[in-house]
Amino acid sequence: MENVYDILSEWGLPLTVSQLIVMLAVATAILIFTAVSVMFMVWWERKISAHIQVRFGPMRVGGWHGWAQSIADGLKLLLKEDIIPAGADRLVFALAPMVVFAASLAAFVIIPFGPGLIAGDLNIGVLFYISISSLTVVGIIMAGWSSNNKYSVLGAIRSAAQAVSYEVPLVLSVIGVIMTVGSMSMTRIVEAQEGMWFVVPQLLGFLIYLTAAIAECNRTPFDIPEAESELVAGFHVEYSGMRFAIFFLAEYANMFVVSAIATTLFLGGWHGPLLPGWLWFLLKTYFIIFVMMWLRWTLARLRVDQLMNLGWKFLLPLALLNMGVTGLILVLKDS
Amino acid sequence: MTVTEGVFFVMAACTVGASLLVVLARNLVHCAIALVFAFFGVAGLFVLLDAEFLAAAQVLLYVGGITILLLFAIMLTSRISAGGLKIMNEQVGIAGVVVFAIVGLLAYANLRGFPDAVAPLTAPDNTASLGKLLLTTYVLPFEVVSLLLLAAMVGAIVLARRDREKD
Repeated sequence: MENVYDILSEWGLPLTVSQLIVMLAVATAILIFTAVSVMFMVWWERKISAHIQVRFGPMRVGGWHGWAQSIADGLKLLLKEDIIPAGADRLVFALAPMVVFAASLAAFVIIPFGPGLIAGDLNIGVLFYISISSLTVVGIIMAGWSSNNKYSVLGAIRSAAQAVSYEVPLVLSVIGVIMTVGSMSMTRIVEAQEGMWFVVPQLLGFLIYLTAAIAECNRTPFDIPEAESELVAGFHVEYSGMRFAIFFLAEYANMFVVSAIATTLFLGGWHGPLLPGWLWFLLKTYFIIFVMMWLRWTLARLRVDQLMNLGWKFLLPLALLNMGVTGLILVLKDS
Repeated sequence: MTVTEGVFFVMAACTVGASLLVVLARNLVHCAIALVFAFFGVAGLFVLLDAEFLAAAQVLLYVGGITILLLFAIMLTSRISAGGLKIMNEQVGIAGVVVFAIVGLLAYANLRGFPDAVAPLTAPDNTASLGKLLLTTYVLPFEVVSLLLLAAMVGAIVLARRDREKD
């Protein structure tokens, strides 16, 4: 990074401009990575779901197993007419997809793809993700309310209720790892897992995190906010074309972020034999994404009351227990 | 102008503009959404002051918690979310005097400056030192605040339960 600044200052650019150039370059790289990764994930999910249901899924576009299907779909969505319903609140309606996507993209700042391959190693690392992801809920409420549609408001309220309830066990499950490392910086958390991944001592925390993370992503079995059979599609009923594509992009980007953070906190991040660090990181992340897809196409949807019971009466006490036991072990080790 | 200064002015403009929208918008949902951006701008200012933990807490609690509760409350009472809100009432004159007094006082204080009042930043990781201070020097206020929150929570549960038994 310092080399880049040196080169740019040799060209006679002031530091401000070169800083802006570096910021723009990093942001563009993350944006391109997100778009490509999401397109791959959509195709992959369609393939996995198809094979779970003994079908083939997309087979035609692009030749080999329909690999270009997502690109074709993305282009189609981009070229569609931009429709804003007559009764909608135009400004909020237009703003909502941007808020949701900005929130999921901002979380990429703290993902350590490899040693030194991190956009910003903040000392509040994990907390940054937790706080920035709460912005998604605001965007979802904005989308649901501004559409002026019963179904979208219901979907938005369900989504917000679910996100707020599952945020609590999610945060508490992560605390065990933070206590063990003594830092919230993502790089330091990965460095502390040299030798043993935290999934072994923090197995309970990992399972709670995974459950809560799936709920945060609104995926089956926690997809009542988007339950097609009762709500048509949830908060984005009225969205189409490009705006819908942005919601879709944000949803899958969110899934990637959640899995990448699980990899960082519990699966040892970039640690692994033989292969380079970034490859290990991506492999582990896509493995967790695969598990999430597998669960989606295997399990049935939970009812609202089951969902709330699971979150508040089961996950929350377990997360507190995990936190207490971790603290006790740390204190006993110290003395 | 450095990047930091540029970011400061963007964040300050965002905070002030959004705050104005909070009090001046005619639709209550717009007010609540503007509040999100105002809180976000304040969080940005905290980051510029090297108080990352405070910024994250600000976004987590105010954006993720309080505004969402506000939006819930507004959306569940459809009569006021319909729009056409009256912004001013008969106290507008007195409020104006108070606002100008406060603005004048703050401007005076800020222009004179507090050269001695600002403690130099010594600890490299202020999140860790904040945690340490909260659990050693300031443990009593910390516990008192948590007791207050617990009392509020118990109160809310009692109120909610009593309503249910009436039905």
